[in-house]
Amino acid sequence: MPLRTPQWWSYGLFLATLSTFLSAQEPALRVPATVSAGSPFAISVRGQGRGTLYLLGPSRALRREIEFGKDASISGDDVSSSGIYQVVVCAGGSCATKNLEVRPAPAKRLGFLLHPSRVPVSTRNAVNATAIAFDQHSNVVLAPADVTFRISPAGEKPIEKTVPTVLGIASFQMDSRASQGTLEVNAKLDDTTEPRVIQQVASEACGLRMTAVPAGTTITLQTDPIRDCKGNPLPDGTIVSFTKIDGAGKSTVDTPIKKDRAVAQFSVSGPARISVACGVVVGNEIAWGGRQ
Amino acid sequence: MKRGLAILIVVLTAALLAAGWLQAGGLKIQAERSGRTPDEAVRALMASIQARDWDRAYRGLDHSNDLQQADFVREIAGADGSLRTYSNLQSFDIWPVHASAGQAMLRVRLNWSSAVGSLAEVRDLQVVRSGDAWKVVWPRPNFAKVPLHVLPVNYLRWDVVGRRSDDWGTATVDSPQVRILSMNAVERPDSVVVVGEVENEDTVPAYLNISAALLKSDGSVLAQQDSFDAISHSLLPKQVSPYRIDFPGARLSQVKSVRIDAHPLLIPASADPVISVENQSVSKDALGRSILKGSLVNQSGQIVNIAQVLAVFYDTSGKAIWVSDGYVDQALQPQAPVPFAVDIPADVANRMHDYHVAVNHYTAPSA
Repeated sequence: MPLRTPQWWSYGLFLATLSTFLSAQEPALRVPATVSAGSPFAISVRGQGRGTLYLLGPSRALRREIEFGKDASISGDDVSSSGIYQVVVCAGGSCATKNLEVRPAPAKRLGFLLHPSRVPVSTRNAVNATAIAFDQHSNVVLAPADVTFRISPAGEKPIEKTVPTVLGIASFQMDSRASQGTLEVNAKLDDTTEPRVIQQVASEACGLRMTAVPAGTTITLQTDPIRDCKGNPLPDGTIVSFTKIDGAGKSTVDTPIKKDRAVAQFSVSGPARISVACGVVVGNEIAWGGRQ
Repeated sequence: MKRGLAILIVVLTAALLAAGWLQAGGLKIQAERSGRTPDEAVRALMASIQARDWDRAYRGLDHSNDLQQADFVREIAGADGSLRTYSNLQSFDIWPVHASAGQAMLRVRLNWSSAVGSLAEVRDLQVVRSGDAWKVVWPRPNFAKVPLHVLPVNYLRWDVVGRRSDDWGTATVDSPQVRILSMNAVERPDSVVVVGEVENEDTVPAYLNISAALLKSDGSVLAQQDSFDAISHSLLPKQVSPYRIDFPGARLSQVKSVRIDAHPLLIPASADPVISVENQSVSKDALGRSILKGSLVNQSGQIVNIAQVLAVFYDTSGKAIWVSDGYVDQALQPQAPVPFAVDIPADVANRMHDYHVAVNHYTAPSA
């Protein structure tokens, strides 16, 4: 027997039956598409009777009995974290689900990292400033905003640099200055300001040089003021190594800089070669008993 | 009957005591204490030192050199919180060097167990006949006598103050920057050893540890170790330290590459004390081994309780080929030289062109 083609009215009957079935199973749920983090809002379910509301967020879950046909208010505290929330209402063994996007509130706070805390002078792209805009609930504010960085190196006029945030982050790199001292950077967004201070410190020693002064069988070695190539004095406590080689063998001493200079004493027996170094930087060599 | 039983118990007790004495090496100890031969005299002395019986040890010495018991005890038992005060004589070996009717020379290897591991010491002891007995001539220790004077100490000190904040971006002090200057993996008969040097290139002190992993050709880790005590952990700004990391049982043929990491921490530190390493030279010791010896001079005013010598040896191209370390068992009195010696493996001694010595130290907190 040949199959008969279904009539148009049979499709209509099927859809009507399905609609009736669904309306009987799922509560009609009305949820705003977006809300701002921390802002209260209402959820409503058409119909009559009671059901259970579930609000499932990125960092919070809520369960509440609600009455259909009335607005169910959700407090701002329940949606303080931004992200996608699921609103689920269940009644009579069936559930309706809708998604809700909670967007960050306007920026209220800046997280600001100025790195590193110590940086050698005159180093290219050595200072990294990164600011992140947060709302009052510590959500990263993704909407573009301009962050103004006020850069104040010690002894120089401050300069300002404005960087727009991309996905909540504004960052830039800069060279360290030639002079050691503090580098203060203030990050500002609207009326929020975050200050950070780092230290620009002397770099490697440059032109390390010592002189020797005899006193009986001993010689006193003293460096000239130890500075880096930009003229910044190396900090006190930096280790300087003196080495003497003579007939008695090799002698070494690691001595700290005090008041810009390092001093050491050696006893000498006969001709000697004396050298000085600071880290990986080698200074002059003295041939004692011969020509310097 | 009762008297017989009592006598039996007494006899049995005496027999058991005698058996216990024999079992515990009583005869040997008795022989060691008698000093009827040069060997016995030295053994008796060593046994007394082992038992820390200073009176008996001192009685076994020849007193013709005016050796004072206090000086002898100070040399053997240590003082001022030195490493020797945390040591015990674990064992000893004796070899005759030469002997005549009236005197003899014996070589003794003393194996000390200490707080930092076992330490070996080789001494040549002269023994002289004194009547029927032999006595050891213990050289009079020459403790440095520093005249009373005032030494101003005004070295820098770094303190770390304040509290870390949990807020992002507000931790305002980074760890010190350190740089591994060199690294060389060398094969030893029973191990692979990674040696090199590291520098604190920052302006603040660092507490540093170095770890290394031997990687196989497939990138997996064959072995992982850290530098333990073969490094100067506390590094002041621009200070350079040798390091050595041992991988017992590993072979270089199994290793494709080495991964090395430095782990610096910011710590409070003082630039005091300054210790100079004087009159360093390479020579042979009494056993014919190559050693690097010299003396340490504490240039500061505070006693350094325990000092450790770290020596890095370079070949003709300036590459680090070995790092030796050794502890000094005497405390470093201010301004007084204290000798040290570290071993150099024979193959390293043949290839080395230069060396550098660094000193690690421990000073007990003053009251």
